[in-house]
Amino acid sequence: MSYFSDIYQGIKTLLTGMSVTGKYFITSRKGAITQQYPDNRDTLTMFDRFRGEVIMPHNEENEHRCTGCQKCDIACPNGTIEIIWDRGIDEETGKKKKKIDQFVYHLSMCTMCGLCIDVCPTDAIEWGQNFENSTYDRSKLTRVLNNPDSKLMSGVED
Amino acid sequence: MIILSITENVNNWLLSIMSEDAASIVAMVLIALIYLTIFAIAGLFLVLIERRVAAWFQLRIGPNRVGYQGLLQTMADAIKLLTKELTGTEKADKFLYNLAPYFVIISALMALAVIPFTQEFHAFDINIGIFFLIAISSIGVIGILLGGWSSNNKFALIGAMRSGVQTISYELSVGLSLLTMVIVTGTLQLSEIIEFQKSGWLIVQGHIPAIIAFMVFMISGTAETNRAPFDLVEAESELGAGFHTEYSGMKFAYFFLAEFINMFIIAAIATTIFFGGWLSPFGITESIPMLGVFWFLAKTMVLVFLMMWFRWTFPRLRVDQLLTLEWKYLLPINLVNMVLMALIVWLNLTIQL
Repeated sequence: MSYFSDIYQGIKTLLTGMSVTGKYFITSRKGAITQQYPDNRDTLTMFDRFRGEVIMPHNEENEHRCTGCQKCDIACPNGTIEIIWDRGIDEETGKKKKKIDQFVYHLSMCTMCGLCIDVCPTDAIEWGQNFENSTYDRSKLTRVLNNPDSKLMSGVED
Repeated sequence: MIILSITENVNNWLLSIMSEDAASIVAMVLIALIYLTIFAIAGLFLVLIERRVAAWFQLRIGPNRVGYQGLLQTMADAIKLLTKELTGTEKADKFLYNLAPYFVIISALMALAVIPFTQEFHAFDINIGIFFLIAISSIGVIGILLGGWSSNNKFALIGAMRSGVQTISYELSVGLSLLTMVIVTGTLQLSEIIEFQKSGWLIVQGHIPAIIAFMVFMISGTAETNRAPFDLVEAESELGAGFHTEYSGMKFAYFFLAEFINMFIIAAIATTIFFGGWLSPFGITESIPMLGVFWFLAKTMVLVFLMMWFRWTFPRLRVDQLLTLEWKYLLPINLVNMVLMALIVWLNLTIQL
């Protein structure tokens, strides 16, 4: 008689589902995933995988890891990254060497696809956690990622 | 007691200032207005409760900005809807299109008249109470069918046709499960049914068949109100908004309000028939009749919460599953259950407290 076992199974599975949502209902006051954003602006931390904007981290001596290889520039599907580079004399070897002048990042054109970060051989750029990107002026969305007078961290190219 | 014995006091006061015919008409209008006001506001708060409860089921917070804990949120929504422009389709059947929301809301409000909130707060104590409720609760579908048909929109029409299928099927189960309990009480009058339950609520008196009847009633009652998991009338993911796709502003609000009042009505009927209406558990506050409203509303809200729990747990049924559930499961179970109940009453096996 599958008829009665169907009814039994049906009721049992429905009750299982109701117990799951019931548990959620009871614990929701503590475990709500909603962020009440403008109120908790000071304490709000975004999660690790959040893609806010591309940033270039610098260490304490104002050194970055970008060698100016332009792989990110080539990988970018919509021309978001523009690297203005120059040749300077390397202090150690005395030879002429490529180095970046300005790493220009157009946030207004970026689709957060992440190809530049995947392709970077020296991990010079990574995802930032900032998400408050609105401005009154379009030109503020064009950013220079390397700090002024910053230079390449030693040992990155080896 | 001034508020509770509402009909008589209003009548007496009016009789002192005008003739009998005029007084009765004015009294009816007054009581209707009181009911309209109370249930317009109650409907708004039901919407708010639904939204908060839904949020809690989904680990969200829900509306909590307008007023304390969002208490005024739905008021603000209603005011917004009142001020919105009423738009409609070009080729709609204008007369039926405008008529449909009133069918739905009026049938919902008519059913409220016979529901006994307390001994006194009971607008229309008719001797065929349950029969009246069963009859009225299936009129609302005419409004839905009219709305879907006259909108001249294929989604609205599909939604309305589904509603027709659903209501015609499930009102059988609603009626039969209530009649199962009528076998115990031997009366259709709602006030007498509650009097009868002074020796134990019917779900206790009728034990096994009463619990089966209650389960069947809650399932088919949820289907009657077109709520999830039986919301294939609206079916946002398939049909836009179903039968009220083309409605806007206040007409949309009528449909929305009617859905929530219907939910309240189904819960109120279940409270009256199965859980002793305004009677307190074990008669603990029998000496204070004022508390009847409290007990009635408390029991009703528990059942409303149960329906919300259904809604935010179960996935939507397909049309064939809907009909299978009714015709192959609920209806045969109901008929067997009715025979069982008749046997129990015949052999005096009911539990009397």
